[in-house]
Amino acid sequence: MDAAGASSQSLPITVRNLVKTYGDLRVLDDVSIAIRPGEFMTLLGPSGSGKTTLLMALAGFVSPESGSIRFGEQEMITTSPHKRGVGMVFQNYALFPFMSVAENVAYPLKIRGVSPAEQKSRAEAALEMVKLGGYGGRRINQLSGGQKQRVALARAMVFEPRIILMDEPLSALDKKLREQMQIELKQLHQKLDATIVYVTHDQREALTMSDRIAVINRGRIAQLDEPKALYRRPNSLFVADFIGETVLLPVQREGDGVSLQGRKLKLSTPTPPGNGPLQLVIRPELLQLEVGDNGDTNTIAGVVRQTVYQGDSVLLIIDAGDGHEVSVRIATSRAGQASIPDSSSQIALGLHRDDTVVLAEQKS
Amino acid sequence: MSAGTASAINADELARGHWRERAQFIGLSLPATLLILIVVFLPLFWLSSLSFLDRVGELSSENYQRLTGDLYVEAFVVTFQISASVTALCVLLGYPLAYWLSRKPQQTANLLMICVLLPFWTAVLVRTYAWLVLLQRNGLINNTLLSLGVIDAPLQLAHNLTASIIGMVHIMLPFLVLPLYATMKSIDSDLVRASVGLGSSPTEAFWRIFVPMSLPGLFAGVVLVFIMSLGFYVTPALLGGGRIQMLAQRIESTITIFSNWGAASALGVALLVMALALVALLHRVFGLDKLFVR
Repeated sequence: MDAAGASSQSLPITVRNLVKTYGDLRVLDDVSIAIRPGEFMTLLGPSGSGKTTLLMALAGFVSPESGSIRFGEQEMITTSPHKRGVGMVFQNYALFPFMSVAENVAYPLKIRGVSPAEQKSRAEAALEMVKLGGYGGRRINQLSGGQKQRVALARAMVFEPRIILMDEPLSALDKKLREQMQIELKQLHQKLDATIVYVTHDQREALTMSDRIAVINRGRIAQLDEPKALYRRPNSLFVADFIGETVLLPVQREGDGVSLQGRKLKLSTPTPPGNGPLQLVIRPELLQLEVGDNGDTNTIAGVVRQTVYQGDSVLLIIDAGDGHEVSVRIATSRAGQASIPDSSSQIALGLHRDDTVVLAEQKS
Repeated sequence: MSAGTASAINADELARGHWRERAQFIGLSLPATLLILIVVFLPLFWLSSLSFLDRVGELSSENYQRLTGDLYVEAFVVTFQISASVTALCVLLGYPLAYWLSRKPQQTANLLMICVLLPFWTAVLVRTYAWLVLLQRNGLINNTLLSLGVIDAPLQLAHNLTASIIGMVHIMLPFLVLPLYATMKSIDSDLVRASVGLGSSPTEAFWRIFVPMSLPGLFAGVVLVFIMSLGFYVTPALLGGGRIQMLAQRIESTITIFSNWGAASALGVALLVMALALVALLHRVFGLDKLFVR
C-alpha cells in the first residue's frame, strides 16, 4: 500500500526508448519523453498513432518489449499496475454500477485500508472538488454523462496520487459540456499537486488544457512543445495539418529563399534545407484583407470564389492560381464595417512574416 | 378525444393507428397465452383442487395433514438436501468454468460452449444410464481400478446418494453455466482494469468487482438448478437404486402404488409452494432489483 495518507508531491515521468510491437506493427517506436513534475501533458494524435498505448504502458496495462519508465527516480517498467499508485480515468468512465457514487469514490481508499470514517470524509471532499457535493448517495445510473465523468475524476484523485492518467475522458460528452469540463479540468489541475498525462485526438482540447503537448504519429513523437509554439511553429506538415485549421500552398525554392506567385517570401525562419518540394502553411485567421505597406508582410493575390457565412465569422474561399484554394476568416463584427469582397473580385491578402511558415514535404 | 371536435389535427387517425398496433401485439401473443393457460394453469388448478378432496370426494384437509407424517417429512428433507448439494456442486464446478469461458476469445469460447451444451442434446435417460454403466459394480470405473490393483473389491458407487448427486450435477451444470456465462460476458473488462488501476491487486479486483457483477447470472443459474432439482425424477430414481426417495418419486409411488391422487396432489402443491417461497426469499436476500440495474 503506497502513500495513502502521506502528503503527495507530483512526480516527473521519464520514458526512455520505449518499444511496443503488435506483430509487424511498431505501435511505440523508440519513444522517449520527459514529463515535468506537476505538468499537464497531453498526448495528441490520430487514432492508431500509439498515444493510448503509451498511456497504458505508463499505467502498466501494456507491457512493452523494451525501454524504461521512471516515476521520479523509481523504475516502473516491471511494476504491476496496482502497485504504480497512479490515478486513472477511463474513456467510458468505468464506474462500478453496483456501488453508490460515494462508494465508487471511496474505493481506492478502501483498497488502501483507510478507516471508514476517513473514507467517507475524503470521498465527500473529492466530490466537493468536482462540484458534486451531496451526490454521494446516488446510484451511478441516476447520473448524467457529465456527472459520471466528474465521479470518475473524483475517484482518480481521492487518494492523492502523484500521477493521474486520463484516457480521452471527455470524448463521450457533447461539445458544450466538453468545453466546460476542459476549463474545469484545467482549474482542478492547478489545485492538485499531480502530474497529469492526458490522451486525446481533439487538437482543440489539447490546446485548451495542456502545459505541453506531445503530438504522436505512427508510434513516434512528432513534436513536443507548448500549445502556442506548436500552433505557430509546427515542425512538420503532419503537425501543421493536425493542429488547427490549415491551408497548404506549394511554394518554389529560389536560391536560398522561397517564392510564391513569383514574389520572394519574407521569412523569420531559415528555409528548410535540402531541395525537396516546400509548402506554405496558412492559418485562415492570420491572413489579412488589407495589405499594409510595411516591409514585413507577404502578399498573396487571388480571386474570391465563395463567401461562407459562419455566424461568428465569414470565410472567404480564394483561388490563389493553379487551382490552389486559400481560405480567409474575417470576424463578423469587422466584416460589418469593412465591405466583404464580392465573388470573382480580385484581392490581395497579407501574411505577416512572423506568421509565415514554410515546411518541407515529408519523405515517405 | 371525441370524434365531433376536430380540434386536434389527425387525432382520430393516430388513435386508430395506436389501437391497430395494440391489437397486433395482442393477436401475436394470444396463441402462446392460450397454450400456457390450457397446458399449465388449468391442470395446475385441477390438481390443486384434487388435493383438497378425500377419497370419497368430500372437501377435507386430510391430504395435507398426512404430509406431516415421517415418510413425507423425510422425503422433503432428502429432496432439499440433494437439491442443495447439487446446486452447491454446480456452483463450485460451473463458476470457474463460466469464468474461464468468458475470458476466452469469442471463437474458442463458442467451440467450448458447444462442448458444454453437447450433453443437452442427449436424452436425460440416456445420460443417466451412461452414468450407471460407469458407476455400477462391474462398471468401467470399478473394473479399471480392480485391474490396476488399486482396490480389491468393487466399490459401491451406484445405487446410492453419491451416484444420484453425481448424475444430477452432470445434467444440471449447463443450466448454471449458461446464464452465468452470459452475465460474465457482458461485464465490461474496463471495470476490472479500473479497479486494478486504482490500486487493487488482480485477485482483489476479481472478488470486489467481478464477482458482485456476476451475481445476477449466478442467482439465475442457482434458482434454475435448485428448482429443477426439487422436482427431479429419472436420475435419482435410477442412480439411487430405490434407496433415495425424493419427492417426485414419492408422488409417483403415491399414485402408482396407492393410486391416491389427492395425496399426490397435496405433495405437488406443497412442493410448488415451497419452491415459490424459496425464490421469493432468495430474491429478498440478493436484492435482485438492485443487481439488475446497470
